[in-house]
Amino acid sequence: MTKCCNECRAHDDRTAKLDEIITRYKDTRGSLIQVLHEAQELYGYLPFEVQVYISKKMDIPLAEIYGVVSFYTAFSIYPKGEYQIKVCIGTACYVKGAGDILDKFRMKLSIDVGECTDDGKFSLDSCRCLGSCGLAPVVMVNGKVYAKVTPDQVDDIIAEYSEQKKGACT
Amino acid sequence: MIKSIFDIHDIREKTRADMAVRLTPQTPVKEGYRMQILVCGVAGCQSSDSLEIIKELEKQIRTGGLEKEVKVVKTGCFGLCAQGPIMITYPDQITYVRVKPEDVREIAESHIKGGQPVERLLADDGNGKKIMNALRDLTFFKLQKKNALRNCGCIDPENIDEYIAMDGYRALEKVLTEMSPEDVVQTVKDSQIRGRGGAGFPTGVKWGFAASQQVKQKYVCCNADEGDPGAFMDRSVLEGDPHSVIEAMIIAGYAIGADQGYIYVRAEYPVAVERLGLAIKQAEEYGLLGNDIFGKGFNFHLEIRLGAGAFVCGEETGLLTSVEGKRGEPHPRPPFPAVKGVFGKPTILNNVETYANIPLIILNGADWFSSIGTEKSKGTKVFSLVGKINNTGLVEVPMGMTLREIIYDIGGGIPNGKEFKAAQTGGPSGGCIPASRLDTPIDYDSLVDMGSMMGSGGLIVMDEDTCMVDLAKFFLEFTVDESCGKCPPCRIGTKRMLEILTRITEGQGEPEDLDKLEVLARNIKASALCGLGQTSPNPILSTMRYFKDEYIAHVVDKKCPAGVCKSMIRYIIDSETCRKCGICAKNCPAECIHGDKENGYVIDQDNCIKCGTCLAKCPFKSIFNNA
Amino acid sequence: MNKVNMKIDGISLYVPADYTILEAAKEVNIQIPTLCYLKDINEMGCCRMCIVEVKGAKALQAACVHPVAEGMEVLTHTPKVMEARRVNIELILSNHNSSCQTCTRSWMNCELQTLANKLSVDTIRFEGETKKKPLDIGVSIVRDPNKCILCRRCISVCKNVQTVSVIDTMNRGFNTEIGAAFGMKLADTSCVNCGQCINVCPVGALHEKSDIDEVWNAIYDPAKHVVVQTAPAVRAALGEEFQLPIGTPVTGRMVSALRILGFDKVFDTDTGADLTIMEEATELIDRIRGGGRLPLITSCSPGWIKFCEHNFPDMLDNLSSCKSPHTMFGAILKSYYAEKEGIDPKDIVVVSVMPCTAKKFEAKRPEMQNGGYPNVDVVLTTRELAKMIYDVGIDFPSLEDSDFDDPFGGATGAAVIFGATGGVMEAALRTAADILTGTSADNIEYEAIRGQEGIKIASIEVAGITLRAACAHGLGNARKLLEQVRSRELDLDFIEIMACPGGCVNGGGQPIQQANVRNWRDIKAERAKALYSEDRKMFIRKSHNNPAIKALYKDYLGMPGGSRAHELLHTKYHERPLYKE
Ligand SMILES: Cc1cc2nc3c(=O)[nH]c(=O)nc-3n(C[C@H](O)[C@H](O)[C@H](O)COP(=O)(O)O)c2cc1C
Ligand code: SF4
Ligand code: SF4
Ligand code: SF4
Ligand code: SF4
Ligand code: SF4
Ligand code: SF4
Ligand code: SF4
Ligand code: SF4
Ligand code: FES
Ligand code: FES
Ligand code: FES
Repeated sequence: MTKCCNECRAHDDRTAKLDEIITRYKDTRGSLIQVLHEAQELYGYLPFEVQVYISKKMDIPLAEIYGVVSFYTAFSIYPKGEYQIKVCIGTACYVKGAGDILDKFRMKLSIDVGECTDDGKFSLDSCRCLGSCGLAPVVMVNGKVYAKVTPDQVDDIIAEYSEQKKGACT
Repeated sequence: MIKSIFDIHDIREKTRADMAVRLTPQTPVKEGYRMQILVCGVAGCQSSDSLEIIKELEKQIRTGGLEKEVKVVKTGCFGLCAQGPIMITYPDQITYVRVKPEDVREIAESHIKGGQPVERLLADDGNGKKIMNALRDLTFFKLQKKNALRNCGCIDPENIDEYIAMDGYRALEKVLTEMSPEDVVQTVKDSQIRGRGGAGFPTGVKWGFAASQQVKQKYVCCNADEGDPGAFMDRSVLEGDPHSVIEAMIIAGYAIGADQGYIYVRAEYPVAVERLGLAIKQAEEYGLLGNDIFGKGFNFHLEIRLGAGAFVCGEETGLLTSVEGKRGEPHPRPPFPAVKGVFGKPTILNNVETYANIPLIILNGADWFSSIGTEKSKGTKVFSLVGKINNTGLVEVPMGMTLREIIYDIGGGIPNGKEFKAAQTGGPSGGCIPASRLDTPIDYDSLVDMGSMMGSGGLIVMDEDTCMVDLAKFFLEFTVDESCGKCPPCRIGTKRMLEILTRITEGQGEPEDLDKLEVLARNIKASALCGLGQTSPNPILSTMRYFKDEYIAHVVDKKCPAGVCKSMIRYIIDSETCRKCGICAKNCPAECIHGDKENGYVIDQDNCIKCGTCLAKCPFKSIFNNA
Repeated sequence: MNKVNMKIDGISLYVPADYTILEAAKEVNIQIPTLCYLKDINEMGCCRMCIVEVKGAKALQAACVHPVAEGMEVLTHTPKVMEARRVNIELILSNHNSSCQTCTRSWMNCELQTLANKLSVDTIRFEGETKKKPLDIGVSIVRDPNKCILCRRCISVCKNVQTVSVIDTMNRGFNTEIGAAFGMKLADTSCVNCGQCINVCPVGALHEKSDIDEVWNAIYDPAKHVVVQTAPAVRAALGEEFQLPIGTPVTGRMVSALRILGFDKVFDTDTGADLTIMEEATELIDRIRGGGRLPLITSCSPGWIKFCEHNFPDMLDNLSSCKSPHTMFGAILKSYYAEKEGIDPKDIVVVSVMPCTAKKFEAKRPEMQNGGYPNVDVVLTTRELAKMIYDVGIDFPSLEDSDFDDPFGGATGAAVIFGATGGVMEAALRTAADILTGTSADNIEYEAIRGQEGIKIASIEVAGITLRAACAHGLGNARKLLEQVRSRELDLDFIEIMACPGGCVNGGGQPIQQANVRNWRDIKAERAKALYSEDRKMFIRKSHNNPAIKALYKDYLGMPGGSRAHELLHTKYHERPLYKE
């Protein structure tokens, strides 16, 4: 996933990549969601300009694209944090105390679910089941899974990423 | 490229020889590997570093110069996920659990080279007794019957040859060479298999409908959305044995006359998506997917479609809409997908586990399949045992096993000596089963009788610390989040039910709220457009049915008996027994315990977030709550 | 067609196999209540109001989309059904800004209000969170999301009928909303202001931006000379607002009412229409003779104009340079008429009563000005006129007829049929044929381009020339037709496009008929019939024979297409982006 502050838009070679994605799906029927996935991978989120571009190239009305983007939780029109924390609150995790873990992240990062810290470092999301229910409760940070998380571990997880350096484009 | 059936036979024989220590552990091998070490390489164990372990093992083997003798195989899930990462050696079938990368050296020295298993890492029976051959001697494995999961934890899912070695694609061969499409449909009908993904509709009947449509273009779809939180059996099949689903879909295509398939996988399963992609590629390279399969003039193509985080896309019409790249909103049936599905064409949709059973039914016959299970529910079912249970993981058992056997014998009972309270099946669409029903044999119909449903097989065990009103509220939150918003009963009705439940769990409930809940539940069930809405009241109805007293306690006495609903709890320091040590104050995350060692401590109730830390930390048990 | 035997409420019936339960029930006089359903336009089955019990089905089924089947047994009013319908209404109302007293749709035709009453919903038991969202107020269209019940009829019409597709469903669950992408205002999108969404909305969530106050202020201002002009389609539908049967022409009563309201002069936009024909027929002949850009496309529908600017900028040069009839007429009123009557144009207020919401937008265009004055000051819809009539308390159905004012007086049959699809072309052909042949043709009824077919194509022989002509109404049809023209699949000389399906008789400003009427009757055809019958009754049926028009050219304009005509009556349009970026 691209971690990007978006300041580099000016010299942006991603449009060419987006073109490539759209061309690749040209002959696949009903491929909008697949294109959106890849576009989001490319940009980190799906801002207005990207959706307008896709709309023009794929000849799908912008309103329809936005309708799709806003329907699925996997898509976002806001940039995500450099580290995306996802706390599973699926049933298995919930009965094992995921609610408290989520609360702790909220408190520690001073942000609510769906938000991003001011420095753009962390965003917090809840999700419903990562399929690792046997290891509940589960937290995922940028694809890395933390199993059987306790509230005490929350501090460690945040600390682990706080020290790391910022993303590639600065 | 497999040109003829003989090619695949060759591959099968050759790979079987390679796998000999695994396939026939009793028979000593003369050539090839003397030992194969299977390490679970799917998501659960990956998150506890199983890939690191594999690397380390390979390193040890290399440095010991054992590459020709010992082989490491990355497999799918063994089911014992909670104790992961899991590792099983062949031919001696030693089962290691909770292996850490740093343990590998010891295993290599002692076991691989010295033949002496490392005892401290062996699986135990829950009572501290170490078990050598867990596959044979551990109750967890002994009581299971693995059909759908037959290859999970046995083969390398990234290697098509290993699937072929396990009789993979033999069913396809049989279908294309010996059976007419009608025969296939009839065999599936005769097996009486019912769908594993939801309501348990007879699969053969569904195929029959689609087959009878006189339309050229048809589609075969696989529901791998697995939205029920707490269920992960489909993931396990996709990651551990993807070809079984692919083979079944090709068979389904032949049976109904479709040449295109879609597998709809949730995006939250990146490993599954990757493995499936690889498997499809391998099958294409072998000519098992594509045009003129086995030279029999039958074409079938398969595409993966990624979900994007919407539970309702598990619902069949929602899924089909999503496959078309649109908002995954369900639409009314009829017309049923078998008549008008993807892009308006006849389509069948089946669940991953349903498909995983199909090759076995073709190979072993309908009678074999229907001899397992109960009168109306045939075969086996995979359950994901999660929640307050010792052996969390995946189990596959014959239909009709009792909940008690599943939870206590296979699942190892409830941790920390707590009491079993209820088990939830069917996820947010299902209901709970109380202790009084522990001895009911589990199948599609008995679950419905109890006010629940099979769903996909998530089985969430709850102990005495669970508040059933809170649980109902949890599921409602889920449905409210996941409602597509198309029809008022679900869009507004579930929201209203959730608001009422929230009031109740916050101590603001009134007796008429219970009546309102019932009116809403009844009418949402009756009039919502799709299964999501229609079943959304089930968690309320079933908890009300079995735990009405808890609702009354919340509404009338304003108490949460399980001590879960935070607004009703007060943490109080007993000044009589408090030794003024200050430990509670130091640990309170809300910093709301005030006082000092002279005058003692009090809790500022307004700022207390009811986290319970103080109660847990007080060394003198001087803090209690009012639950 | 195959037929099936079935039973509804115990009554046996034998109906076509492609019927829905709703249609079958109608046969036995059971009107199952509906809210989201709109025949051929919105068949979603989403509101769950039409639910019925179908024997053998576990849940209740939506009658509006559920096909009948052999042996089916349906019960339409069991306790289970009735309770569920009521609870669903209660739920909808629990998240609805119920403010009926001040709502545009109250009393007359709000389908939600009607249903709640008919189903005897007497309390709302399930109150809770409601969403409060800001209104989107544009020059033509107002969207009130707090009244929207998410039936999606507007989306269907905008997307499938008009192919403008600027509104869609957003978010999901309780947060579901209808609107433009990213919550944009309609004004920032390629919305063409056609108002078709208003006409299909069952509630008051969509309505025109009201300009009634501005009109009253002008009328009450003694310094202003307030003239009103009414479009042809208005007279075909205004009566519906006063419970007269659909298709009742009310020209005379309308003129009387306008006088009572206090307008200084009451004119007929038909005069503008005749003027348009003079100019457009001339332009057509010029282009054919002079090798100008063909096909020539009519330009009197502002909904269509904006659509062309956004979606077919490459075809803007094909557009006739003629302004629309009411703006042409407005330009004349503020020049010729002002001069003639000795009134300072700044004191003239031109009010157009139109079947159209797009004309509100059009009137504000910079292109529609001359000498610093807008050609038209205020546009009212047919519905707004009805409101003013109600405001004053006029007993409209009982009014006596009266005539339009001089000097423009009555118009021609050619102008009257402007209100229906094919009408503009037919009117133009009547004039062009006479000009080309230099005679006066008797055969003036061009049947090939009449009727409700979405795209009508005809070859018409005029004076040895074969004119290849086509009419499209509804922008979806327009898009289809133009794409064929663009790709040279079709080679045409003359195209008439009307943004609204059926033309202006079905414009976005016309009286609204509830779905339970629209589902069973083709109101646009019935209104069109009223116009064609008016045409037949007319003494003068060709624009160039209108004496007022003749006088106007003689006294003031000179030749059709001449320089003064050009200055006042013609304009040019420019490309617009799809979205404000
Ligand atoms: C809200 C909802 C969610 C569902 N989610 C799933 C799912 O995640 N996986 C699945 O296989 N079936 C799911 N189903 C059931 C499917 O609609 C469908 O019945 C099933 O995929 C058919 O396959 P089967 O007959 O093999 O079970 C869901 C149903 C509903 C109503
Ligand atoms: S029941 Fe819920 S999920 Fe299903 S269509 Fe209605 S709103 Fe959507
Ligand atoms: S329950 Fe938690 S917040 Fe409340 S006093 Fe105890 S430690 Fe502090
Ligand atoms: S921890 Fe227990 S003993 Fe110590 S101050 Fe707190 S309540 Fe008192
Ligand atoms: S939309 Fe209908 S129900 Fe709602 S306020 Fe207006 S008249 Fe009343
Ligand atoms: S109808 Fe009833 S609520 Fe509405 S204004 Fe009249 S009295 Fe008031
Ligand atoms: S006015 Fe016309 S174009 Fe605009 S939103 Fe409504 S239907 Fe669509
Ligand atoms: S605005 Fe009107 S037509 Fe559109 S969805 Fe809302 S209620 Fe229906
Ligand atoms: S067809 Fe008539 S009512 Fe519709 S936009 Fe055009 S001019 Fe207005
Ligand atoms: S419920 Fe959390 S991973 Fe499944
Ligand atoms: S995930 Fe490794 S055993 Fe289940
Ligand atoms: S569901 Fe039939 S009218 Fe809305």
